[in-house]
Amino acid sequence: MPNRTFFWFILPAMTAMILLIALPIVSVLIQSVHIQHEQVLVISESCDPFGCTQVTSIDTEATAKLRAEKPLGRFIGLDTYTDRAHLAFDEISMAWNSSNSMGAFFKRVLNLPLYKALAFTITYTVFVTPLVILFGLAVAVGVNNLPKIVKGPTVFISLLPMIITPLVGSIILFWMVDGDGIIGAMLQRIFEDNSLSLKASPKLTWIMLIVYGVWHHLPFSFIVFYAGLQTVSEDTVEAAMIDGASSWQRMINVVVPHLMPLVIFLLLIQLMDNFRVFEPIIGFSADAHATSLSWIIFNALRESGSPLFSSAGATSMITIVGVVILLVPLLVHTYRGYNKKSN
Amino acid sequence: MTTKAKLRITPLFLISAMLVALWLFLASFPFLWTLWGSFKVQADFFSKADWSNALSGVNTIAQTGSAFTGAGYFGAWVQEEFWKPVTNSSIVIFFTVIISLTIGTLGGYALARSGRRYAFWILMAALVFRAMPHITLVSGYLLPFFEWNVWGLMPTTIIVLVAINQPFTLWMLHSFFLNIPKDMDESAMVDGCTRFQAFWHVIIPVMWPGVITTGLFSFLLAYNDFAVTSMLLSQENETMIPAIAGFLGTVQVEGNVMFAVAAVVSATVPLLFLVMFFQKQIVSGLTTGAVKG
Repeated sequence: MPNRTFFWFILPAMTAMILLIALPIVSVLIQSVHIQHEQVLVISESCDPFGCTQVTSIDTEATAKLRAEKPLGRFIGLDTYTDRAHLAFDEISMAWNSSNSMGAFFKRVLNLPLYKALAFTITYTVFVTPLVILFGLAVAVGVNNLPKIVKGPTVFISLLPMIITPLVGSIILFWMVDGDGIIGAMLQRIFEDNSLSLKASPKLTWIMLIVYGVWHHLPFSFIVFYAGLQTVSEDTVEAAMIDGASSWQRMINVVVPHLMPLVIFLLLIQLMDNFRVFEPIIGFSADAHATSLSWIIFNALRESGSPLFSSAGATSMITIVGVVILLVPLLVHTYRGYNKKSN
Repeated sequence: MTTKAKLRITPLFLISAMLVALWLFLASFPFLWTLWGSFKVQADFFSKADWSNALSGVNTIAQTGSAFTGAGYFGAWVQEEFWKPVTNSSIVIFFTVIISLTIGTLGGYALARSGRRYAFWILMAALVFRAMPHITLVSGYLLPFFEWNVWGLMPTTIIVLVAINQPFTLWMLHSFFLNIPKDMDESAMVDGCTRFQAFWHVIIPVMWPGVITTGLFSFLLAYNDFAVTSMLLSQENETMIPAIAGFLGTVQVEGNVMFAVAAVVSATVPLLFLVMFFQKQIVSGLTTGAVKG
């Protein structure tokens, strides 16, 4: 295709992507090195469903004029990145110098908002990713062995947890694990503890979110493995059978190696997806015990009256760096695939 | 695998069948439970004393005289005006899907037929763009949108969703067009068609299966989005999912949790029908890219 024709065909899609994906990333970068002009602070009471709290908010009227003239604020370089709410270099070095054991050091670091969020994000990713791949494969093998007539409905039901809106899915489960909901009430009865609440303890909140993550992502890995299983060569399996391999041995030595490329693919995709965990934290109202990078950005932007653009920008840049690092293997994988195809 | 191997009942087969049964239970129970419970009163749906109340509806009978009540739905749709966000959602989703597919089809076709190195680099860039968490992009939109006075408007959100959707749409349609033989449009061009005429008369008639599959995923993206719509739309233009999130706060204060339950079920039902009718396309869409490359 001549360059000219290509250009006109791709123009609308490229314009959309450059204007609304590439430029916003630049805009985020610029925001992160600026900070709003100092503002007039007022103490006010904000009420949400969980009670009233005193918050310091910004007197918009007094600062509106200044900010209308220069909405971006003033340049401060990388200060936002290094302050307490973000990478917190000073706090970390202080914690390092004053803590006498590694445990105490980590405890202090994990109290810093960004590191707290990173700790949850990484824990979530590390648990959900392998569990999704393992259970997805197990379910796919199980479904593949079922009689043909029940396969369709099985796939239909299996798709539901993934197709459901993440926020809605987490709200549905949240109601069930509520102290008065079916799962929550049952757990209370089993452990004979009426005050047991999955929401109250950080550990249980994390487990709840991880269980949700596995529930939500399992269908994707199931479908991918299920499709992969249809391409397993019957001859190889039969040959292994004639050689006396048990069904377990056939599974480990024939089927799993055949599916290995899919495992890698899922691993790369899942790592990236789980790193972005966001909606379940809102749906489960879990932010007291579990936050993620995406949630920090959301929270900064939602700050009553005046979004914290510079903080959101800095966290966004840190998130983007994280995503790009996780993306490198996938890019290399795609690049190799392309070179193989074109040669 | 051979049919014989499939039908032999071994302990391993039993274990795997049980695992599938357990999974099906876990996958469907939350939906069935919430759907059933949405027709009860709060005292039944959140019954600490006895979970079977939610099945039989003891309190629902006591309060309303019948085992099922549509009070939650009435409260959500009429009292809380849930129909407004639903209308807004329909508009946003409709235009997002149509525009995404139009510009995505053109771009995907060009990428599939170009064969030059820069086309590949565009696809790589799309892969990077696709990985960006939506909320990070939103933090880049807000300030300029406030400045240009386009914040809160539906067209703005539609254009943003179209753009966010483009990387995925381009990848999917590109791999779909690769499967349509080059000879088809090239022979049309030998016969004197321009590239666009060849695309219009030869490719469009055969591209619908791929476009429908891609369209389903664009639909799901727009339907399920929370990060973009909750940050970019004003109160009166609010769509369904942010409305549900907003609901959650207000109804809990007023003791109308069942309104939120009804709204959540209302937002889920269209997806159930979508999967029912388009199961095959969704499965094939999910596996493109994974199984082939």
